[in-house]
Amino acid sequence: MARRNAVLLLIAAALAIVPLLMGFQGEEVFGGADGAAQTLITEIQPAYEPWFGPLWEPPSGEVASLLFTLQAALGAGFLGYYLGLRRGQVRVRGSGGDGSH
Amino acid sequence: MHIMEGYLPVAHAVGWTAVSAPIVAWGGMRLVRTVRAHPETKMLLAASGAFCFVLSALKIPSVTGSCSHPTGTGLGAVLFGPSVMTVLGSLVLLFQALLLAHGGLTTLGANVFSMAIVGPFVAWGVFRLGQAIGASAVVAVFMAAALADLSTYIVTSAQLAVAFPDPVSGFAGSFVKFATVFALTQVPLAIIEGLVTVVVFTILTNYSRDELRQLPHLAGEVR
Repeated sequence: MARRNAVLLLIAAALAIVPLLMGFQGEEVFGGADGAAQTLITEIQPAYEPWFGPLWEPPSGEVASLLFTLQAALGAGFLGYYLGLRRGQVRVRGSGGDGSH
Repeated sequence: MHIMEGYLPVAHAVGWTAVSAPIVAWGGMRLVRTVRAHPETKMLLAASGAFCFVLSALKIPSVTGSCSHPTGTGLGAVLFGPSVMTVLGSLVLLFQALLLAHGGLTTLGANVFSMAIVGPFVAWGVFRLGQAIGASAVVAVFMAAALADLSTYIVTSAQLAVAFPDPVSGFAGSFVKFATVFALTQVPLAIIEGLVTVVVFTILTNYSRDELRQLPHLAGEVR
């Protein structure tokens, strides 16, 4: 199990890294797809004005990255806690796990 | 990457909200029933929500030269069925709309429909189909998660194409444009999501057997 999972995660990482090596250049490179969609809307319907804005916006890119990191950290933290707990329980009971670690 | 705040005309914003709200309400009732019937799966349920939280925070570069993020709804849908994920996915979208100015409140109904409703239902359908034709659990989970991710962004593209049809080529032309932005960008991300979901599912079948046995459609996947 552990070896197959490691291979799968390596492939996943490679899929994320390859685009970075494809030689994209320019100001907007690797911006958000939602920003690109916004531009497209303005192209299709130049008169469209967004009629509502976010109630609150992170005041800077740093604060936004803080909140995104927090979101990922909370999720990963709980997931890690849960999986570790279950693994420990299985080991204590000695009734499960595939012993491949 | 969701439809941004204010970027759907009022009628569309109201319409998608009206479609999504009752489905999420139904999901909430199913969620309560699931927790009551199988209280021992509560932590697994929270872990599915946590997985969705992590994956939708990761903005990953793609082959189109822009970034998008996975949705993370496939795992929970495979484990608990789509109804539960309509609620968890909506919570993630609400968090991002309120705190990250990502997506929005006026576009919440449309974004919930694509990410928290269509995605999980596609995951569930694909997984059950995989089981029915005798595919291995790993293949079924991979396809379920990847297609849930991809279908979310195909729906987003369609929603925008309906709201903003191209003056010349109409809905179809507009759909192709939005799909190039969203769906094409999403292809490698969907594969990544499929792979990561398989990894977590494999760990679960090893260490969370007692909980998986409580879930009728998964009992057979646990040795």
